[in-house]
Amino acid sequence: MKKLNRRAVIKAVAVSSVAVPVASSLTGCVTDGVKSQTEANPAGSNIRVVVIGGGFGGTSCAKYLKRFDGNIEVTLVEPKKTYMTCPGSNWYLAGLTDAKSITHDYTSLSDIHGVNVVHQRVSNIDAAAKSVSLEDGTILGYDRLVVSPGIDFKYEMIEGYSEADVDKIPHAYQAGPQTELLYKQIREMKQGGTFVIAPPPNPFRCPPGPYERVSMIADYFKKNNPTAKIIVLDSKNKFSKQKLFQEGWDALYGDMIEWIPAIDGGVVTKVDVATKTVYSEYETIKADVINLIPPQKAGKLAFDAGLTKGDWCPINQETFESTIHRGIYVIGDSSIAGKMPKSGHSAASQGKMCAAAMVSDIHNWAQPRPKNVNTCYSLVGSDYGISVAAVYELHDGVIGKVKGAGGVSPMGADDAFRKMESNYARGWYKSITADIWHS
Amino acid sequence: MKKFQKLIIVGAMFALPSVSYSVGISNAELSATTCFMCHGPEGKYVGGTIPPLAGYPESVMVTQLKAIKSGARKSTVMQRHIKGYSDAEIEELAKYFSSLKP
Repeated sequence: MKKLNRRAVIKAVAVSSVAVPVASSLTGCVTDGVKSQTEANPAGSNIRVVVIGGGFGGTSCAKYLKRFDGNIEVTLVEPKKTYMTCPGSNWYLAGLTDAKSITHDYTSLSDIHGVNVVHQRVSNIDAAAKSVSLEDGTILGYDRLVVSPGIDFKYEMIEGYSEADVDKIPHAYQAGPQTELLYKQIREMKQGGTFVIAPPPNPFRCPPGPYERVSMIADYFKKNNPTAKIIVLDSKNKFSKQKLFQEGWDALYGDMIEWIPAIDGGVVTKVDVATKTVYSEYETIKADVINLIPPQKAGKLAFDAGLTKGDWCPINQETFESTIHRGIYVIGDSSIAGKMPKSGHSAASQGKMCAAAMVSDIHNWAQPRPKNVNTCYSLVGSDYGISVAAVYELHDGVIGKVKGAGGVSPMGADDAFRKMESNYARGWYKSITADIWHS
Repeated sequence: MKKFQKLIIVGAMFALPSVSYSVGISNAELSATTCFMCHGPEGKYVGGTIPPLAGYPESVMVTQLKAIKSGARKSTVMQRHIKGYSDAEIEELAKYFSSLKP
């Protein structure tokens, strides 16, 4: 990290000079240094972009910045060396995939694309000085900054629950150790036990996520704990792909799943962590395993950097540049991106749009006006897939849905259709993760 | 100096993607990058279950996408997607994908 520190200082000094001094002994930086001297694409030379957050949004943005202009010096800051994705993590809970298949690293990003990948935690963003401080003391100067910090939780909204309790009652809504914990708890649950899941109020990451989780845990129980009960205490009165999920639940899991909407008292107001008791207007339930997904807000970093208004980050929806701090772009779950849902697919899509907008701006090219998409597959059972899709475009500065396009899978489709979409769900995962982490 | 430049070019060949962009990023190219998320990066096959699109014959893709859009050709999710694109956009997308190496 000291090396980077020195390099950052060199670059900071040499901001305006055309030929950046190359510290050729620095492994991992050599290709970048060479590229910044090639002048094949002068506008991008010496431009330093720091991307914070190695999820679907940040990693995609870092890769596509390089794809659109290899001369831009891109640094990705992500504390984790490997990244378990939320998409696919419900399949893992069911035992339909393994942890390795949904865990990715950053070697392709550095080796193929020449992105400097720094595994450190950010301690401060100084928007005025255009620098990012890392916990090891490194200071990274930037010309433009992209932040893709995902979500954080409003634990305080549920009485009796706090961040310290997540090792007993997991949210499992940031994949990794939390996913492993829920995986273990499900498997250790007594026969005929009660699993309570409490999905959050809108807006939140991956709208169908909690309901795919219900499905996948039901799939596990059906095979391994057939008398188990799943109670969904919901903060909402309706949810994404609701009719399709419920059609699938009826077909595959009979009366194992009970969904209590807010209107029937489903909102969880309090938990007793020690006794695993959940309080709602509907009833007080002594559960065996609880998956509490708290209300959400932008990632902590977004708040620390002063990029939020309310719970989320306002942006120029054409470029993803913050409307609060010029030169800082916010993508993914933290951003207010019009009608786009908070999803990995949206974030990756936004990473590309943001990269293209930034590169076009740097080169004084016309801003592209592309169509943008979200595709979201959910598995209701191993061979039972459903989807929702939408196409987006900018209307009067707001990302809106293209009318006539998009929508959910048909109701009442035959087994072959559901099976095909379950295959496509897996194909989607393979392709999107290859696009972001492996190519 | 020349020698140095040559070295730089060799370095750049290893480091840069083999695609070059001279006049900016077209709407078709940028929209196509969103297709990559299901159909494989740069339209290439990566072992999934969704057909790769790199090098897809342009006229075949145009015909198929228009048929999917009208409903004449059955699909699962593709009709929901392609209804969001004009015929001109479909033609541009097909042209772009046909230019990619499989």
